[in-house]
Amino acid sequence: MNLLTLTMILPLFGSLALAVAPRENTQLIKLIALATSILTLISSLLILTKYKFGQTGFQLVESHSWFKVFGTRYAVGIDGLALALILLTTVLVPIVIVGGWNEAENGRWSIKTFYMLILILETSLVAVFAATDLFLFYVIFEAMLVPVYFLIGGFGRGDRAAAALKFLLYSLFGGLLMLAAVIGIFVVSLHQGPGSFDVTTLSHLKISHNTQDWLFLGFFIAFAIKAPLFPFHTWLPGAARSATPGTSILVLGVLDKVGTYGMIRFCLTLFPDASKTFAPYIIVLSLISIIYGAFLAIGQKDLNSLIAFTSISHFGFIVLGIFAMTSQGITGATLYMVNHGFSTAGLFLVGGWMIQRRKSSQIADFGGLQRITPVMAWCFFIAGMSALALPGLSSFVSEFLVLVGTFTRYPAAAVIGTLGIVLAALYVLILVQRSLHGPLQAGNEDTPDLNWREKAAIAPVIIALVLLGFYPKPAIHIIDPATSQVMAQASISDPTPLAGK
Amino acid sequence: MLTSPALNYNLLAPILIVLGGALLGVLVEGFIGRLYRARIQLIIALLTVAVSFGWVISIRSAQSQSAAVDSVSIDGGGLFLQGTILALAFVALLFFSQNDHFAPQASALPGSPEEALAISSGQQMTEIYPLVLFAISGMLLFPVAHDLITLFVALEVLSIPLYIVTGLARRRRLLSQEAALKYFLLGAYSSAFFLFGAAFLYGFSGSLSLSAIRTAAAVSGANQIFLLLGVLFISVGLLFKVGAVPFHSWTPDVYQGAPTPVTGFMAACTKVAAFGAMFRIFIVAFSSVQNDWRPVFVAISIVTMAGGAIAVISQRDVKRSLAYSSITHAGFLLAGVVALSKAGLTSMMFYLVAYGFATIGAFGIVTLVRDSTGEVSDLNRWAGLAKKSPGVATAFALFLMSFGGIPLTAGFIAKFSIFTSAYATGNIALVIVGVISSAIALIFYLRVVLIMFFKEPTDDTVTVAVPSFLVSTGIVICFVMTLVLGVYPNLLFNLANTMTALVP
Repeated sequence: MNLLTLTMILPLFGSLALAVAPRENTQLIKLIALATSILTLISSLLILTKYKFGQTGFQLVESHSWFKVFGTRYAVGIDGLALALILLTTVLVPIVIVGGWNEAENGRWSIKTFYMLILILETSLVAVFAATDLFLFYVIFEAMLVPVYFLIGGFGRGDRAAAALKFLLYSLFGGLLMLAAVIGIFVVSLHQGPGSFDVTTLSHLKISHNTQDWLFLGFFIAFAIKAPLFPFHTWLPGAARSATPGTSILVLGVLDKVGTYGMIRFCLTLFPDASKTFAPYIIVLSLISIIYGAFLAIGQKDLNSLIAFTSISHFGFIVLGIFAMTSQGITGATLYMVNHGFSTAGLFLVGGWMIQRRKSSQIADFGGLQRITPVMAWCFFIAGMSALALPGLSSFVSEFLVLVGTFTRYPAAAVIGTLGIVLAALYVLILVQRSLHGPLQAGNEDTPDLNWREKAAIAPVIIALVLLGFYPKPAIHIIDPATSQVMAQASISDPTPLAGK
Repeated sequence: MLTSPALNYNLLAPILIVLGGALLGVLVEGFIGRLYRARIQLIIALLTVAVSFGWVISIRSAQSQSAAVDSVSIDGGGLFLQGTILALAFVALLFFSQNDHFAPQASALPGSPEEALAISSGQQMTEIYPLVLFAISGMLLFPVAHDLITLFVALEVLSIPLYIVTGLARRRRLLSQEAALKYFLLGAYSSAFFLFGAAFLYGFSGSLSLSAIRTAAAVSGANQIFLLLGVLFISVGLLFKVGAVPFHSWTPDVYQGAPTPVTGFMAACTKVAAFGAMFRIFIVAFSSVQNDWRPVFVAISIVTMAGGAIAVISQRDVKRSLAYSSITHAGFLLAGVVALSKAGLTSMMFYLVAYGFATIGAFGIVTLVRDSTGEVSDLNRWAGLAKKSPGVATAFALFLMSFGGIPLTAGFIAKFSIFTSAYATGNIALVIVGVISSAIALIFYLRVVLIMFFKEPTDDTVTVAVPSFLVSTGIVICFVMTLVLGVYPNLLFNLANTMTALVP
């Protein structure tokens, strides 16, 4: 068993340990969950010692036969793209556990169930990024919806059951479309040799244009629902309003990245021609997402909905970068996935604490928090600044790369995309002004500031935001080889700079 | 002078054992006092099925066309299906041990003084066991029958006991009797259609044997109108048995009216037998005219998948909705039939196993949810079931997930393989309608999960009965099979893959 598999199954073992732990001893349960997630983090960091930077192709590969008749395998391996997202996952889970120490208490079921579900979700998130077998990827892609469904439905707020159902139905519908496409590409591979689900083998298939288009759409719609891209985004605000902050972080910060990850890993490399055919349309959709998400965010009165709509705008940027199909665009998009994970984590964590203290998620109920709770307010401010891509914070680097990458191929799109930055400034600054500044709202007088546990949870997020903002090179160093690999597999090259002509 | 036909008793033993067990059951019913009768009947039935299953395993590599002159062909595919029927029947019989589901005295009219007397005296007839064994023997014969008369006899042997047991529900007797009558009348019609088709085929080929029909059909230039008429009418008979649209209208009523353990048995085992027979008939006898019947079957498969899925979302009764869900599954299985390939047969057989266990398990759980008057099948009264009994709710959710084809359940592997075989033979439309129907049906499955897990219990009169040892064994077997076949399908799938031989 290699480190990758170990990282994957450690949380699963943790959840098994939780299963036999006594239900009443909640402190013990939380400690087991935290210890497991930290062990997983350490295990994932150890991967870095084995990982050969600068090398293309999958590393730490492990492959066992699974379902012989169809040639499916338990095959895992990572390249820079997968590694970046796995690290994001393993870093965020302990933060979620520490940050939301008490968030499971209003649940329908026991605290034990909550942490078991969180750990099962972590296993599936690591596995979904590590899978190099399409069948394995699909199985996890679908199966991981079940823990999220119960996390939202069982431990959320408000109309949680309906939100969970909507989330699940959207995702399953997309998943089933993808199933048809998975079967389609497998049958193509059957016609061209022994059937296989290996991602690398599949990328060498010769698929006719027409077939490519259909298969591409099957994959793309599934990923666009997950990402979520306009017009498939309508499940997201409800889910974000209803989920606990920890669940929201894992759903918006990591789970949704599976969509954009899949666009790079599967859409671009398996169907390069179809990707080129559809790229202009997808660029339009992503621009709509950017602008539409931003406008809706400006109009939101609910804190969680606002964060959800900013995410729709940010996912627009990520998709824009991917389908610009330039190396800067794809690297920027991948980096954006990581940065968005951290900035969303910051917003949801601090936002969650604010809501928990105020017992309301209406933005109008806050105000003047800066004076009462300076630490909390500053943390929220920094996370907000990262969301609007302030230079010096991490999102700036990735947003810049995406826009530069887009400009070289679609200048007009890049210009429209830049509008999104302006709008981002608007929604973040309005939010900051209404909730942190201004006169103190009645009911906020006794709000306590962050305690040591909450500070411990938010500190790594802020460090990551600043570090990746000032010194993004290590992250780009991990991602770059993967980008060039994707570009080579999809046989796309960067457009020559106009100035040279 | 008459010569007695040569019978290969070794190969026919699985069927004969079950018939023998049924006859023994009839004697027990007549001669053993009621104190021990139920227990003895159950033991006889379970033992019979187990021994027969063991026998099937011992002859698993047999291949013969002359097991009973030319009428029965024993081969890999047939034996796999027989084994499936027996395994499913064994689990289904475990749920029959809850005697209180069956009418105390079948011959008494509903609400009559005789019935009141039977109830008050604690009388409980147990003719259900031999009847079910008779049905099983017919089911075992159906997928291995190789001529039209044997097929018809098997069809009747499996159907007639089922008509009777459908009417044996202890509660809501009138509904049950109505279901039985409906099933009987429509079943009789469909049998007539089958017979009518057989007559046409005889007229066309001059023989009742499937092989001879194939030979005759392969002759080009022959006037094929009688052949096609025969195919048409035979199809009606078979499609009725599997409950495909537009021959499905009996399914919800019968599934709802029949005693729930019977419904589970019927839903799972009848489908195995009927699909087995259908595949054999169409691949052995009618494959040379496949261009004529295939488009029709594709269309029927499509409307069956979509029709069942659309009808299921508005259902409020658990048993009726499981019936509509079984119609959808018939549509998926038909997709395997029209593939008409080795892969199609393999995935159809795997599908039948996966579907069978989940179905029996699901109906088994329905038997447990009760109030003071008996079973509760109104979905809204299942609210908060997870609070009352987390284990039962989880098991039911798993079976629903398997019906919906969520990965890591047997249903997903089954659906995946059957869609793959359909796609590989060029029926891409089937795959697309299939996934869309799955998505529609999922709305219903998830609503049930939502009702069980996320709704507060509103009705305190609804309780989950503590299952007896046999019943919990049955549920556990179904649960484990659904999970194991989803995570590690290799063993069964490889077995199915090596047992696809069908003697021509």
